[in-house]
Amino acid sequence: MFWESVLIAFEGLRANKLRSALTMLGIIIGVGAVVSLVSLGMGVQQKVQKSIASLGSNLIVVMPGASKAAGVAHSAAGSNITLTNQDAKAIAKEISGVAHVVPSVSGTFQVIAGGQNWNTSVQGTTTEILYIRDYKVGSGTFFTNSDDESRARVAVIGQTVATNLFSGSDPIGQTIRIGKAPFRVIGVLESKGQSSMGQDQDDIILVPITTAQDRLIGQTYVNNINIQAESEQVLDKVQEDITSLLRTRHHLAAKADDDFTVRNLTAIMETMKESTSALTLFLGGVAAISLLVGGIGIMNIMLVSVTERTREIGIRKALGATFRNILLQFLIEAIVVSVTGGLIGILLGVGGSYAISKVASMETVVSSAAIIGAFGVSVFIGLFFGIYPARKAALLDPIDALRYE
Amino acid sequence: MTIALTDVTKIYQMGDTTVHALAGVTLSINEGEFVAIIGPSGSGKSTLMNILGCLDWPTSGSYRLAGQEVASMNDDQLALARNKRIGFVFQNFNLLPRMSSLQNVALPLVYAGVSKQERQKRAAAALASVGLGERMEHRPNELSGGQRQRVAIARALVGDPAIIIADEPTGNLDTKSSIEIMDIFCHLNGQGRMVILVTHEPDIADYARRVIHVRDGLILNDEVKQGVTGCSGKVS
Repeated sequence: MFWESVLIAFEGLRANKLRSALTMLGIIIGVGAVVSLVSLGMGVQQKVQKSIASLGSNLIVVMPGASKAAGVAHSAAGSNITLTNQDAKAIAKEISGVAHVVPSVSGTFQVIAGGQNWNTSVQGTTTEILYIRDYKVGSGTFFTNSDDESRARVAVIGQTVATNLFSGSDPIGQTIRIGKAPFRVIGVLESKGQSSMGQDQDDIILVPITTAQDRLIGQTYVNNINIQAESEQVLDKVQEDITSLLRTRHHLAAKADDDFTVRNLTAIMETMKESTSALTLFLGGVAAISLLVGGIGIMNIMLVSVTERTREIGIRKALGATFRNILLQFLIEAIVVSVTGGLIGILLGVGGSYAISKVASMETVVSSAAIIGAFGVSVFIGLFFGIYPARKAALLDPIDALRYE
Repeated sequence: MTIALTDVTKIYQMGDTTVHALAGVTLSINEGEFVAIIGPSGSGKSTLMNILGCLDWPTSGSYRLAGQEVASMNDDQLALARNKRIGFVFQNFNLLPRMSSLQNVALPLVYAGVSKQERQKRAAAALASVGLGERMEHRPNELSGGQRQRVAIARALVGDPAIIIADEPTGNLDTKSSIEIMDIFCHLNGQGRMVILVTHEPDIADYARRVIHVRDGLILNDEVKQGVTGCSGKVS
């Protein structure tokens, strides 16, 4: 009986091909939009997750200036000179559970080599940045701790800098001028590509921190201190210990606000992850609205169809069709429309997300959850928006239906 | 199988006016009878037919179909009665236009839960019995009025019902086709089926052995003809 009803439903749809197709179109667009937009959102999410991984795990960042409630470092005038190299050394020495401590300073300089010049970010840091920031030396070497102590004028440059200054020739051993000071290039970093924020991570020059402080920027304080904890378990403890250590070192009174900010990078990334999921949800939500509109389209057409086929319903009832028979016939018709539309929409959505990744060079992740979800929703829409017209049909009085012109 | 109506009334509310379509009808029809219900339009004969055919319910009074009180039956039981016990033939055929003759005839069997193969076989046999064995794949719009009505009759008898109810079955047909259709009804009656014919044409009513005149919702006259009447007199 069920298959009979399915066949009858298909007959009914075939009789009105254009109308069935247009009704389906609403669902096709809705499901297609859900699948492709969710895959776009998931792509962004994946990218963020990758960049979290590339940042290294269990990171804590200490920055000068008090934090505001929202967790954003707030640098009041004069408050950004509170962190020093000695703070970094004290953290490394006195706090347990710390794997690496990397203080850094940075500034933007014009860099000249031969006839070429390039504006880039110069970061003064220590050797340990290799461990926590996932930088790898492609060719040459990285500077050492003794370079740092001797304030050696050596630099490790990123791929973008190398390309722009040396355009193909080997930069190792060459001299570049950063600002006014000459530096010897000792290494080139491996390419890291763009960050999740769209920043070119290869457009950078790394120099020893003391060199940067004394010979480039001329400051005794540091811009931030990156700390990697040994494990996730000790992360909160380490964060607390750093806070109390720095408060002691900075001679802050018990009621005074911190003049620095300790941030757990994992927590920040967690927030970013949340906001990208919110983006995915938002995109999916917008698409779901079009799915809803498609569902209303089904209901509309089904109501027309019931009115149009009142006589047919009357005949079927006179020949012995029960309430259930008629209900099933129209319900299945609605579900067939929505499911067929849903399947086509999934194909379209998957194709669409491939097209987006090719044309707009954005990462997309086609998720089976989105596909299954969209399909499930389209079945549900068929049921939900089909039940009222189907019930209306099944409740028709056979005599009235037979008399209907 | 017999049917018995006792003091049946049917009252419609049409806007402000109350219409007494049936004003108290008592009637019983026995197995294998050929009955014509005749009356002018508005006499209540269609309402009577609808009630007899389990398409409608009496406002008051009792209708027993094969001993069972119809008022006590639920929707599904009524659908079952229409499916198994009663075959309908309508004035305007009421065939489904998108289906072939065979599919139209097989339709009651779909609701009876008969397997597809069996349906095809029985529908084909029913079409053959009304002389349309050659027209099974034709759609209604490819058939003449007489042929359409024969498809409708085949559909009415495919479920092998004990009662055939025909509402003005020749109303849309020419004389020749009318005679052919009436011959089929005579034949069905000859097989022992109860045939109830609703008409306003005395010529058609003449086929029946028993003629019930209805007017203003009441039975005016209920006569059983004697001697060589009904089909035996008509069929040459």
